[in-house]
Amino acid sequence: MFDYSSIEQYHAQLQEGKVTCLQVVEYYLGKIRSTTHLNAFIEVYADEAIAKARQLDEQRAAGKPSGRLHGVITGLKDVIAYKDHQLSASSGILKGFSSIYSATVVERLLAEEAIIIGNLNCDEFAMGSTNENSVYGKVLNAADETKVPGGSSGGSAVAVQAGLCMVSLGSDTGGSVRQPADFCGIVGLKPTYGRISRYGLIAYASSFDQVGIFGNNIPDVALVLEVIAGADEFDSTVSHKKMEAYTAPPATGKKFRFAYFEEALNHPSLDPEISTAIKALAEKLTGEGHEVKPVQFDLLDYIVPAYYVLTTAEASSNLSRFDGVKFGHRTANKEAELTQFYELTRSEGFGKEVKRRIMLGTFVLSAGYYDAYFTRAQKVRQLLCDKTKAVFNNYDFIIMPTSPTTAFSFGEKMDDPIAMYLADIYTVMANLVGVPAISLPLFKHSNGMPFGLQVMADRFRELSLLQVSAQLMDADKS
Amino acid sequence: MTDYSKYEIVVGLEVHAQLQTNSKLFCGDSIAFGAEPNTHVSPITLGHPGTLPKMNRKAIEYAIKMGLACHCEIERYNYFARKNYFYPDLPKGYQVSQHTTPVCKGGYVTIDTPEGGRNIRLNRIHMEEDAGKSIHDADPENTCVDYNRAGTALIEIVTEPDITSAEEAFAYVSEIRKLVRYLEICDGNMEEGSLRCDANISVRLKGESRLGTKVEVKNLNSIRNVKRAIEFEAKRLMDLLDKGEPVIQQTRSFDANNGTTFATREKEDADDYRYFPEPDLAPFHLQDEFIERLKQGLPVLHKERIKNYSSQYQLSAYDAGVLTEEKALADFFEKIIEHTKNYKAAANWMLGPVKSWLNENNKEIGGFPLQPEKIAAVIKLTDEGKLSFSVASTKLFSSLLNQPSKEPLQIAEEENLVQQSDVSSIEPLIDAVLEKLADKVTAYKKGKKGLISLFVGEVMKQSKGKADPKVTNELLLKKLKS
Repeated sequence: MFDYSSIEQYHAQLQEGKVTCLQVVEYYLGKIRSTTHLNAFIEVYADEAIAKARQLDEQRAAGKPSGRLHGVITGLKDVIAYKDHQLSASSGILKGFSSIYSATVVERLLAEEAIIIGNLNCDEFAMGSTNENSVYGKVLNAADETKVPGGSSGGSAVAVQAGLCMVSLGSDTGGSVRQPADFCGIVGLKPTYGRISRYGLIAYASSFDQVGIFGNNIPDVALVLEVIAGADEFDSTVSHKKMEAYTAPPATGKKFRFAYFEEALNHPSLDPEISTAIKALAEKLTGEGHEVKPVQFDLLDYIVPAYYVLTTAEASSNLSRFDGVKFGHRTANKEAELTQFYELTRSEGFGKEVKRRIMLGTFVLSAGYYDAYFTRAQKVRQLLCDKTKAVFNNYDFIIMPTSPTTAFSFGEKMDDPIAMYLADIYTVMANLVGVPAISLPLFKHSNGMPFGLQVMADRFRELSLLQVSAQLMDADKS
Repeated sequence: MTDYSKYEIVVGLEVHAQLQTNSKLFCGDSIAFGAEPNTHVSPITLGHPGTLPKMNRKAIEYAIKMGLACHCEIERYNYFARKNYFYPDLPKGYQVSQHTTPVCKGGYVTIDTPEGGRNIRLNRIHMEEDAGKSIHDADPENTCVDYNRAGTALIEIVTEPDITSAEEAFAYVSEIRKLVRYLEICDGNMEEGSLRCDANISVRLKGESRLGTKVEVKNLNSIRNVKRAIEFEAKRLMDLLDKGEPVIQQTRSFDANNGTTFATREKEDADDYRYFPEPDLAPFHLQDEFIERLKQGLPVLHKERIKNYSSQYQLSAYDAGVLTEEKALADFFEKIIEHTKNYKAAANWMLGPVKSWLNENNKEIGGFPLQPEKIAAVIKLTDEGKLSFSVASTKLFSSLLNQPSKEPLQIAEEENLVQQSDVSSIEPLIDAVLEKLADKVTAYKKGKKGLISLFVGEVMKQSKGKADPKVTNELLLKKLKS
């Protein structure tokens, strides 16, 4: 039976002829079939994956060179466009819509011979922290099926957690990759804003969104990043900065400077066990010769409000195109006048949380409220950027929890959106300031659930972020 | 009856010019007019989920060129904003526009008035994307939408409320049209909608310093209709004021069939477009060198050419005006005079035979088959007396048009059009004629000087029209004296 540990090991097995892509695809399809109750996948591209696997096996047999993601079983969050495949953002307004083009990240995955096995459930339009806001229903956490997998990329996290694919892509606007990775006990990376093209990623909040990567280990995540990152003529917000070789072997035994925010580790909303675990890790790192220091950070309470003002503002505009005129759901009412047509189409198509955020965003951009909300939130964002920059002048990394609690139970926070939003306190900062951040599955709670450590680095410092992550993961194993 | 002389008109114009870039403002789709509906529509134009705008650098260049030609200040730090509203012809539910941060600020456009040149101040010139077109009469049940035009690059040129009459508005839009065509950034075609104009009109008592309530008139699809609409609307507003009735701020549309305007939308509740910076487009800095390079590349504009044509080439104001009507025409003229110093003749050729040919064949100068050098060569032939202007402009010109690559002299020789002006070939003919008409010679010598034309005519006849009449005349006079 196939046993997966890393892309490198899988490729070695292929080269040694111990396994074929076809066998591997069938293995994964079998696992997907036996776990449909987790509801991670929306659609499984079984026939295509089998055909692709056959082709790759023939190609290898013919001695042709292999792509860097040769036969790697990959899942896509349902917000990433893949030509001629369904793309719905788990929303009723796009149910049945098929994309007419592929996202840049998909083109790059395919160019390196990845096998895309299916698209993955998520919160509608990537809005949510539990994956309960999906037109396809909730996704179950494979570690405890009474718990949420986190969100919004819940399906992408569970697919990797439950071994239904090797790696998966998600999107992270305020923690949508890191928080489900934390809840599911896997690695979740959100790169620097502008590191990966957003072309073909359905926008939630354009100046925050970034494609993120789920994996079981750091080398897998680094390899996928190396394949999909970099300049793209279709996205002017992508950096032209030269990419580092993310798969470069880490320098061992290097000493780093870590900062942490005392306010963050002593925040009333934080589960004491998580706080204790991270403080203990800090001590351990100090003991190993790293520098770990507290840094004063008095903006913590402004982060979540600023985040929700700005993201909902952008979302209210980004989601205007879903109007029933050109594609997607259209009201069946043929008598509707234009305004009524829009109202009916959008009321029928969007779910509750999406409507809430569209209304919030419309409100904060409205004349009379604009300066009090949008402009002030922009100022907070600028302050945060300045403050973060100052921290990174003196430190290599900031460490903090990914989430204040372990995975919630279903329905726990659905009636209290504010409480739900406040749980994003540790993840939204990286999106507000655009820095890379990763959640590493280092801990297990006494309640049996996993939780992670979040590490943030300065903009475009993915290489050192991945290297320190590898060190932390290895230390955890030993 | 209203005493219209009590009032004055205040007009501000917003002109939208469609930029003649090869592709749209934010994607590679073609902008060609008249294509089958929805054929120039990529996923980006249609605003499909996940698409992003991609900046067209040419559009920035064109906008800056217009700004430089209008003496504007060029903004170095630029970004776009989203103007949010729902309409079926707006694919994304927002228009990407520089509404809040125009690339060109201030500046002015000089118009011709009977009192001389007058500067109309500009508020700004900004870039934005065009919407698609809603077509209401294609289907009895539904409105159809054509997105070919959606995303086409526009500049909006906004004046200050400096225009004081319908005639000035006419002159202003004519000047803008000429400018965009000279700069080759827009074809200026108002009928096809590449140049569109909205007028903000208000009236007030003369001497009043406050502006009256304004009305915005849209759908002005020709320069003449700009004038007609302002005339009608100003009168309507003055009549209202005269009757003591309030002017309502509203949007009106011009009906070209009867020359009137009608209300389309009350504007009491100002729309809230919720502008905010477009996060999908990286802001861009314009370098001084880039702007300087564009400045150096600007063509000499019509105003300056008119000046040059009168001062350097001694052309009449009228000739200079007609020659500079179109840049291509003026360029052609300037090409001719690179090869001849006879400027007046060059102008005559342009305004005479060349223009008539263009009119008859309904062509632009770009479609004229002859190279400017050929016209210069023909001028040289007439200057040298080898050909009269009438032979050159009729016989030679039409032969040349049929064989545009041949040298004019060669054609003239082949078709035996060259005048004989050398004495040795004309003299024998004269001698023969004088001998044949000996009695007339006697009469001439007795004082019937009018007979000279008879002798000239006879020599011309003998030469089959090729003898140079001037030389023949001189020779005859000399012979008859002896």
